[in-house]
Amino acid sequence: MNQLLLALQWLADPARWSGPTGIGVRLLEHLAYTALGVAIAAAIAIPIGLLVGHTRRGRGLAVTLSGAARALPTLGLVTLFGLWFGIGLTAPILAFVILAIPSLLAGAYSAVEAVDSQTVDAARAQGMTEWQILTRVEVPLGLPLLISGVRLASVQVISTVMLAAYIGNGGLGRFIFLGLNIQDYPQMLAGSILVVALALVIDLALRLLERVAAPRGAARA
Amino acid sequence: MTSSSTSASAVSRRALAGIAGAGAIVLGAAACSNSDPLAEGTSAPASGATSGGAAGSGAIVVGSQQYYSNEIIAELFAQALEGAGASVERQYQIGQREVYVPELQSGAIDVMPEYLGNLAQYFDDAITTGTADELSAALGTSLPEGLRALAYAQATDQDSYSTTADFAAQHSLAQIGDLAGIADLQIAANPEFEARPYGPAGAKSSYGVDITLVPVSDSGGPLTLAALLDGSVQIADIYTADPAIGKNGLVALEDPKSMILPQNVVPIVSAKVDDAAAAALKAVTDALTTEELIALNTRSVDEQADSAAIAKDWLAAKGLAG
Repeated sequence: MNQLLLALQWLADPARWSGPTGIGVRLLEHLAYTALGVAIAAAIAIPIGLLVGHTRRGRGLAVTLSGAARALPTLGLVTLFGLWFGIGLTAPILAFVILAIPSLLAGAYSAVEAVDSQTVDAARAQGMTEWQILTRVEVPLGLPLLISGVRLASVQVISTVMLAAYIGNGGLGRFIFLGLNIQDYPQMLAGSILVVALALVIDLALRLLERVAAPRGAARA
Repeated sequence: MTSSSTSASAVSRRALAGIAGAGAIVLGAAACSNSDPLAEGTSAPASGATSGGAAGSGAIVVGSQQYYSNEIIAELFAQALEGAGASVERQYQIGQREVYVPELQSGAIDVMPEYLGNLAQYFDDAITTGTADELSAALGTSLPEGLRALAYAQATDQDSYSTTADFAAQHSLAQIGDLAGIADLQIAANPEFEARPYGPAGAKSSYGVDITLVPVSDSGGPLTLAALLDGSVQIADIYTADPAIGKNGLVALEDPKSMILPQNVVPIVSAKVDDAAAAALKAVTDALTTEELIALNTRSVDEQADSAAIAKDWLAAKGLAG
């Protein structure tokens, strides 16, 4: 309890929020790394997920591969990629992409699968092309599920992005690793509180987006 | 080289003769403590009869940090003690100083391989610099009651400003001070390096060197080494007993102003370690140079040999085996 109060005190000091190594900059770095990791993962996983969902082919493979990817320890990946690519941003971002892909992939194919098959058949009967069915029927109706995949991936990545600081980058992990190593536990706890708060805020924001994005009759998450 | 190792083994044989005699005393002392009504009987009379041979009586408990090199040193101590006739229990891979120092104080651990600078700072955070002798003297007064630091070894495993042979040649570097004036210097080290007296601020005040930290949290491990070798940084904090320094032809820059705290290996022992056991430990620390420690670490890294085998071979080679 005392440690928690000290951590809140640590956070309350306005001097810690400004400057090039302040909390403000570290928060932005943390968000930027998250956004970059999730964006790259989305560019890979969402098209594949939509394709799998639309064609109903390769689902088993997608489930197996993304299940296996979920089991990879991210710290191990960061270290491994760090040895290949050197310190810097490449290694952790690559690890975060691998971390984010399973949720995004699952979100994308389940979004398409969840759309009522009669609706899809009706669209096809009206003479829509497969591309039109995907973009005008399946994606809009499955959008909440798709965004839910993005939300899950983002929250996972936010809570893992602290590992970027393990190999020479910024982000909120700097406070956590420094606090841990110099036994400054209030600082470590403050860093963790910031990560949790950020994850909650992003989670909430994307939940709201899910609501807003849902057209009438959309599949519910 | 030859003459020094000969004399070292001569010293150790003499010590060995003392140890052989001392073994009996250790056992005798153990028997005494067994029959001590205050130590035994009042708390657990039943267990005293059945498991009296364990921690409660004569066994000296040797601990180690969660660091492969520290475990090797612990095993050297353990086997040297066994060679002297003591019975030894091993409690290796204990994580943090915060965890095992109370264990030492409570008597759950009797022997712990430690490092002068870090331990002196643990008990007195006002200590930021000093020679090995000064740190050893400081430990003499700051160690909690019941614990003492035995003679430290020449072997040291400490932070360094290490660079590649190429970079050192290019800028004719021998000392940390030679880095002064080189632009955009970066050092890869653990994040706490920033807060250490020998970190960037210390380099600036002691040597006029401007250097920024790139935090890499693997304690001078493969990532730190890779960052140095691929040129991401020019300097890296590689511990001086790390075989990587020799293997990669790195140059650990000299520190004539003793900015970096010396981390000589030093055994911290409880009251259960009597003069005879202390002599057995001293025989090990007397023979343990940094070169020897690097050789021990190299066997662990290269051959993946376990600490028991490494220690056994080394003690035999030094004539210290029981």
